[in-house]
Amino acid sequence: MTETKSFVEIRHAQKSYGTLEVLKDISLNVERGQIVAIIGPSGSGKSTLLRAINDLDPLTGGEVWLDGVQVNKNLPHNQYEKHINQMRQDIGMVFQHFNLFPHLSVRDNVTMAPKLLKKISDKEANKLAEEQLDHVGMLERIDYYPAQLSGGQKQRVAIARALAMKPKLMLFDEATSALDPELVEEVNLVMKKLAQEHMTMIIVTHEMDFAASVCDRVLFMDKGVVVEEGPPEQVFKNPTQERTRNFLRKHLEGAK
Amino acid sequence: MDIELILKVYPYFLKAAVITVELSVLTIVLGLICGALGAASRLSRFAILRFIGAAYVSFFRGTPALIQLFLLYFGGPQIGIQLDAFQAGVIGLGVNIGAYMTETMRGAIVAVDRGQTEAARTLGLSKAQAFRKVTLPQALRLMIRPLGVNINAQIKGTALVSAISVVELTYTAQRYIGSTYKPFEMFFLAGVLYLIIITAVGKGVSFLDRKVRIQ
Ligand SMILES: Nc1ncnc2c1ncn2[C@@H]1O[C@H](COP(=O)(O)OP(=O)(O)OP(=O)(O)O)[C@@H](O)[C@H]1O
Ligand SMILES: [Mg+2]
Repeated sequence: MTETKSFVEIRHAQKSYGTLEVLKDISLNVERGQIVAIIGPSGSGKSTLLRAINDLDPLTGGEVWLDGVQVNKNLPHNQYEKHINQMRQDIGMVFQHFNLFPHLSVRDNVTMAPKLLKKISDKEANKLAEEQLDHVGMLERIDYYPAQLSGGQKQRVAIARALAMKPKLMLFDEATSALDPELVEEVNLVMKKLAQEHMTMIIVTHEMDFAASVCDRVLFMDKGVVVEEGPPEQVFKNPTQERTRNFLRKHLEGAK
Repeated sequence: MDIELILKVYPYFLKAAVITVELSVLTIVLGLICGALGAASRLSRFAILRFIGAAYVSFFRGTPALIQLFLLYFGGPQIGIQLDAFQAGVIGLGVNIGAYMTETMRGAIVAVDRGQTEAARTLGLSKAQAFRKVTLPQALRLMIRPLGVNINAQIKGTALVSAISVVELTYTAQRYIGSTYKPFEMFFLAGVLYLIIITAVGKGVSFLDRKVRIQ
């Protein structure tokens, strides 16, 4: 086993569905507290890469490491299940469609996993829910059900739910794509707040302005490879690759 | 219509209705157990269990319940299964409705959005925990109405055991026709009693469904 140097390391990630190669030898290092945006056209493999990090979509080749521990370790089935469940507690994930638990109140959405997995008391759980919901500005909706919330509010609760596990890393897969335009900002503000608190984040997004304003680094992916990578000023303002320029130009036109 | 006759015989029909209710309750309980086991098998990660579940469903849904009942009651003794008519009725119909309930329950479980399991697994829940805490509570709510349809069918289906002489509502009606020669009154009375039972159960199902419905 080789030593890891970075907080998050993806080494030679490869993923195929049958003969379709969706990720082709992707490597990526993210330092503690860094924020990386992944951009690229539809179908380029952004979600697949993100979902490989917590093994929701297992890689067919390559390794993922978090804080010195290999996430996709090669272990017998039962041991692996234990290991991955433990690892996932450290990796928060936020989905495009929120995936809140509709049968649970906002409070229970936040406390269900910590209560079950960290065996905290009801009192501690309540305190945790209040803290986390306050953090995302949703405290006054603590006893609501997901169906009673707007999209932006749902997504903020989903972020609080993920944060309640005290993760080391947060993954966002187009967290604002399903939202009405006027609701995007409230979610972006929460993500910016996390950035200021030095949460390590990997963010798949279609919002170039947002990526430019919060990210330390931008990855442009196309057809399963990282075409270009660098600080946002460089990737957005002076892309070196033709494909990046085309994508950004099309995106700009689309946004108008 | 001979009202006087109806007033004279209805206490016997009420007694028979109690048997119908008993049969219904027992077959539904057995059906729910078979349904839960069947659904678990059909969704198992073991191919052999999936095969057994699928075979169970296709046999019991693919042959008439009456044939299944006859097979058990008349054919059973030939292979060493001795049951009285009531027992055969409960087991035969219960296992039969269980096949339908298997599909109802499986359908409700797979109807829960995959994103729900993903969200739960992402938080670190095991497969079993995610099922227990997230999928099942939502599936249970989704299955109340369709199970209500199965239960409705089952209550009416208890009439089949009249063919093996269980003294329930339909059999009682037939017996009184033999002595009164008034089939209209007898079947009408039996029909009203079925309607009362089914309406009451239907109301119960709707109440339960409204109570647990996710807004
Ligand atoms: N379960 C699957 N089976 C087969 N192919 C899949 C599966 N999941 C994804 N793919 C394919 O993998 C490729 C990459 O998909 P992915 O969802 O990672 O793209 P993306 O960059 O996130 O796109 P988008 O911007 O539309 O979300 C696509 O060609 C997609 O069709
Ligand atoms: Mg995607």
